[in-house]
Amino acid sequence: MSSMAMWIVLGATCTLCFAIKLLGYLVPEPWLANPRLQRINALIPISLLSALVVAQGVVVKTHVVIDHRLAGLALALAALFAKAPFPVVVVAAAATSALVYHLH
Amino acid sequence: MSKLTKSTVRDSLSVAITVGTYGVAFGAASVAAGFSVLQSCLFSLFTFTGASQFAAVGVVASGGVAASAIAAATMLGTRNALYGIQMAPLLKVKGARRVLAAHITIDESTGVALTQAPRGVAAMREGFWITGTGVFLFWNIFTLLGALGAKALGNPASWGLDAAVPAAFLGLLWPRLQSNFLRGVAATSIVFAMLVTPWLPAGLPIIATIVVAVVLGWRAK
Repeated sequence: MSSMAMWIVLGATCTLCFAIKLLGYLVPEPWLANPRLQRINALIPISLLSALVVAQGVVVKTHVVIDHRLAGLALALAALFAKAPFPVVVVAAAATSALVYHLH
Repeated sequence: MSKLTKSTVRDSLSVAITVGTYGVAFGAASVAAGFSVLQSCLFSLFTFTGASQFAAVGVVASGGVAASAIAAATMLGTRNALYGIQMAPLLKVKGARRVLAAHITIDESTGVALTQAPRGVAAMREGFWITGTGVFLFWNIFTLLGALGAKALGNPASWGLDAAVPAAFLGLLWPRLQSNFLRGVAATSIVFAMLVTPWLPAGLPIIATIVVAVVLGWRAK
């Protein structure tokens, strides 16, 4: 991605994310009270975060690739099952992935 | 300002410090994606909603186009509007204070505010402001540290940074999976994202999984 495009991503993300926050204080409540809209809105973070795990964990460009990152993710999953706090999850994943990367 | 209850302050600060430290992961992910230290800090100062920031740099890192990165971040931010709707009648803010309140309206400030309900509206307000400004402070400090750290480390794969980012997404996802239905939505989204990956340009499968949320949310209980 060009340096210009990265500034655009930064500027637009900042502007739109703030605009959405402000919108909550400005729109009349019934506007967003539609139950279907609320249900879908509650599911969007789950779908997007799941897709981001895939895109970052097992994808290179447009291919599904199994590599050192999956070892890190597996350990992150184990840490989450063991109720480990967030920093432990991230560090455990990084350490495992780095180890497999260097052994390979 | 009303009298602060000790427990409200304690709740707010413990959340602010814990969550703020996640900023290290964001700063590192942002630099690993190719953003500068300055850009990473601007993200945290002005976007200030963790999942959206991670999404924007995540899409960029996976080779997606700008529009995909912006759309993913924006869609992840829509829940903040719903938080604003809940907080507006409690805070009753106008003008500059409304702008400030909106900027710190995130999962944590809203969450702490709502859990203070048994202690009264004043405690809810204090919980919101202390948590929001506390997370803002720590999130930005730790973003800078993470960005500088990643810059110093060099090759992201060598230090496992390329796995730390999806692990961070997994960590953000995990607490949301509180029913079998929600776990089903996550599992369906994962399979869907993997299936469409070979057929769509990089970054687009992330946005495409919104289809899963729409379809499953359309009729679900």
